Amino acid sequence: MGTRLPLFPEQASTISVEVDHLLYYLMAVSIFFTLLIFGAILYFAVKYRRKSDTEIPPSVHTGFALEIIWSVIPFGLTMIMFGWGASIFFRERRPPQDSMQIYVVAKQWMWKLQHTEGQREINELHIPINRPVELIMTSEDVIHSFFVPDFRTKQDVVPGRYETSWFNATKPGKYHLFCAEYCGTKHSGMIGWVYAMEPKDYEVWLAGGPKGTMVEAGAKLFEDLACVNCHHPDGSGRGPSLVGVFGSTVKLVGGGTVKADEAYIRESILNPAAKVVEGYMPDMPVFQGLVTEENVVQLIEYVKSLTPPRPAAPNVAVSSAPPNR
Amino acid sequence: MEDSHAQAETLALREQFDTEAQQKDASTLGMWIFLITEIMFFGGMFAAYTIYRSAYPTVFGVASSSLNVTIGAINTCVLLLSSFTMVMAVRAGQLGQRNMIIFFLIITLIFGCVFLGVKAYEWTEKYEEHHMPGQIAFHLDGTPLQGPAKLFFSLYFAMTGLHALHMVVGVGILTFIILETKNGKYSADYYTPIDIAGLYWHFVDIVWIFLFPLLYLIDRHLPK
Amino acid sequence: MNTAVAVEEKENYLNNGYGLKSWLLTKDHKRIAVLYFITISIFFAIGGTFASLIRAELLTPPGDLVSSETYNKLFTMHGVIMVFFFLIPSIPATMGNFFLPMMIGARDLAFPRVNLLSWYLLIAGGILAIYAMIAGGVDTGWTFYTPYSTTYSNTYVITTALGIFVAGFSSILTGLNFIVTVHRMRAPGMTWFRMPLFVWANYATGLIQVLGTPVIAVTLVLVFCERVFHIGIFDPQLGGDPILFQHLFWFYSHPAVYIMVLPGMGVISELISTFSRKAVFGYGFVAFSSVAIAVIGFLVWGHHLFVSGQSLYAGLVFSFLSYFVAIPSAIKVFNWTATLYKGSISFATPMLYAFGFIGLFTIGGLTGLFVASLGFDVHVTDTYFVIAHFHYVMVGGTIMAYMGGLHYWWPKMTGRMYPEGWAKLSALIIFVGFNFTFFPQFILGYVGMPRRYHAYPDEYQVLHVLSTAGATVLALGYLMPAVYFLWSLRYGEIASANPWGATGLEWQTPSPPPTHNFEHIPVVTHDAYDYTTVPREVMEVGR
Repeated sequence: MGTRLPLFPEQASTISVEVDHLLYYLMAVSIFFTLLIFGAILYFAVKYRRKSDTEIPPSVHTGFALEIIWSVIPFGLTMIMFGWGASIFFRERRPPQDSMQIYVVAKQWMWKLQHTEGQREINELHIPINRPVELIMTSEDVIHSFFVPDFRTKQDVVPGRYETSWFNATKPGKYHLFCAEYCGTKHSGMIGWVYAMEPKDYEVWLAGGPKGTMVEAGAKLFEDLACVNCHHPDGSGRGPSLVGVFGSTVKLVGGGTVKADEAYIRESILNPAAKVVEGYMPDMPVFQGLVTEENVVQLIEYVKSLTPPRPAAPNVAVSSAPPNR
Repeated sequence: MEDSHAQAETLALREQFDTEAQQKDASTLGMWIFLITEIMFFGGMFAAYTIYRSAYPTVFGVASSSLNVTIGAINTCVLLLSSFTMVMAVRAGQLGQRNMIIFFLIITLIFGCVFLGVKAYEWTEKYEEHHMPGQIAFHLDGTPLQGPAKLFFSLYFAMTGLHALHMVVGVGILTFIILETKNGKYSADYYTPIDIAGLYWHFVDIVWIFLFPLLYLIDRHLPK
Repeated sequence: MNTAVAVEEKENYLNNGYGLKSWLLTKDHKRIAVLYFITISIFFAIGGTFASLIRAELLTPPGDLVSSETYNKLFTMHGVIMVFFFLIPSIPATMGNFFLPMMIGARDLAFPRVNLLSWYLLIAGGILAIYAMIAGGVDTGWTFYTPYSTTYSNTYVITTALGIFVAGFSSILTGLNFIVTVHRMRAPGMTWFRMPLFVWANYATGLIQVLGTPVIAVTLVLVFCERVFHIGIFDPQLGGDPILFQHLFWFYSHPAVYIMVLPGMGVISELISTFSRKAVFGYGFVAFSSVAIAVIGFLVWGHHLFVSGQSLYAGLVFSFLSYFVAIPSAIKVFNWTATLYKGSISFATPMLYAFGFIGLFTIGGLTGLFVASLGFDVHVTDTYFVIAHFHYVMVGGTIMAYMGGLHYWWPKMTGRMYPEGWAKLSALIIFVGFNFTFFPQFILGYVGMPRRYHAYPDEYQVLHVLSTAGATVLALGYLMPAVYFLWSLRYGEIASANPWGATGLEWQTPSPPPTHNFEHIPVVTHDAYDYTTVPREVMEVGR
């Protein structure tokens, strides 16, 4: 293994190719200007080398036009770099609606991943190819960063909030996963593998896992932690009903509103007094310290399941999804 | 051109300068630039405060309302008065009136110490109300969000503490200037140190003028 | 070669008063510059030693030379020492202190005692930082990201932060001194647009030092408060935001990189002009570019936060402005190159360093355009690509300029010439060693090698071995000048007042200059780079 000399990462996601194309443009512009400057210096240095000790060259004055030209043209070239990079970035930051969601909890010094079907992984991520995968990530302690070089994706994983990263793997294979934000002693040990698999193989792998989806785990927690005592499905309890909440806009005490996304659900569990639903008292107990981040994402999946899926969403089974792009 | 380094160096004309006017100019510009660095220094904390205030407006409103606005107002008046007496001291410097310089500087000093004393009293009050972060029994009534409440008070103590530290330095500077005046170092031709000490004093005053409304007054009118 | 003979030594700033007290209580900007030279050379040696250990560890994939804890401390301390105690003071505190007053025809800086205080503050800060290192080290990375630095690290964070805090005031006071000096102490006839470009560069640097450094000072105060009092400002569990730290930190630390490179650009302007015997092409544009870099440099800090969780739209703004800040640097590179056109070019060592700077800074600056592109940066941020980028501009840029300026002004400061043959050889070794060290790191970064890794996958080894080999050559390249400069103090050829045939008021004084710089304050009647004013017999020396 030590004798292989990698000079280029693999192109294993839909975005890899695009980033590489941008790289080629950047390299082309850079090589051009590098050669131009090196060449000019070499040429002038030789041609105008000092021939007599007492020679004084005539002064050469610049012109406004020249300075403008060699400012504007490079600026134009950089605006292409800006626009192209921004375009890739926009798409990298907006996971497709039909993405398969996987939860990631980072901690010093390991990656804990949970598939909604219930499979849990440590430092490994099995995914099907040709399917957008959205990672919903948080950290239990310090800032980490989920980096898969062959996918060209990276996202800092921050404690106290959710960040998302998405990719669509195109080639089956085994790809490095690195933590890319220094996080303490074993930062360089916080590594693993992403296994991109043919959809059939992924189904097989999925089926081999423990029984019990995240929704089921979340439902159990909902019972065990007595959430069900206040959050009656018909709204008759001391707390609001959670049916249909996820994805809706919630009205708060004090007049504001909030979109009920993963972050809102998490905050409502860990620090309920921060945003109280209009018409209710701030009586909900604080669960910070009583539940782990992994418990929280299971509860989130359960709450999500109480919202019927939108019509025309693709079915959960992976095998029938057509390869895209 | 005359060898200016052959002249004996005086306080009013140090050897690196050509004229007394140049030295005064340079000293004043130097103090202004230093004050700009101080603006950037306090600015970092003001930025942090602004960001958290917009994140937790209600909690910060409740916490702010718990501050003693009467004391804050008294301190504001004390500082404004002290700036006035400082200006009078500089004026006395321009006129070369040694006794008046000392008189006004001492009054300014007294006002500064009054400010610090009142601040100490106010902080003691906060301690007794359990509003000091770090106290085991920290609690702010009127909000369930104790984390952000603690944040408000941390920023409150950090910002007013930093300001008080600058006041203490100011008191030290004034003491030094008073002693120098007593020793006859200044005259109508050379009173630059009084001038730039005045600039520093006014700056510390102005920081308070921003701190007071930002920390004590915003959202005070809202019902609890 | 004329070694020292029993010649009556004229009074100069070096022999005007002997003894430790005359140095440690000096008000002379030239002596303070010498004190700084010694100090930052020591810091460079310390920082360089840490770098050597890092590169030695990275020769092999497993972490087998030092433990993880030690490795994390090594790269942290390498960064802290090199950034805050070497690069930030480097050119301004040494060559700026020595030559800025002379170049504008002043007898000293505006505030000589404040200048001495600046040096003591750097020493005090350095003692704190080194104490922290000896007592056990600090392992947060020079960037101190929270909550690791505030809640989780159990190393000497506060001591190190305090050292940086104190050293920051050294930087602020130097900047303040330079600004006031340029505004108020120019000799008669020395208008703004007759000042050498080195002065413009240090002036612009002073603006950044004065406006930016206080922000990191207050940020470190907040880190201290968080660590000691747990106030929660950066702790999500208490309602705080760890990313606020990143914004506050980079608000200073991005302009800081311009503190590090602008003075170097100022040196290059002097070298290119002297060794082409021509005025810098587009003088006004180069002068304005220095100020433009200083101003726009304050608006781009968010490009360090593209993957931090910062909003998409903030990312767009910062990326756009980052391209904007590149343009003045490009203008300078084009104007320096154009200065060579129809010049009279000499290849003395300082000029070789100037060429090296232009080439390597161009590469480093161009790779800055890579990382300014949002989609591209997502892939390469926090990898060796970024490490390669900033070492190209800081080492290939700033340190090349520092070496060039050191060789250029050595005869003026010491009255001795360095040995030209050895100097040229060292310059070549440094250039080769540098490229071998850092070019492979661009590739390493793109294939995915993350930063701050103690151990790495096997397949990255070849590139790391190349890099370490280069580092060994580079280290040799830096050791050679240390030896021959010291040698030259005793055995070097006696230098004349103007060995290079340069313009500039500093060359109108003896080598070394007298304490008071000028017998008579000059009255300036010509532009900065007017070679018709250089006497024929000076040019006939033929360097």
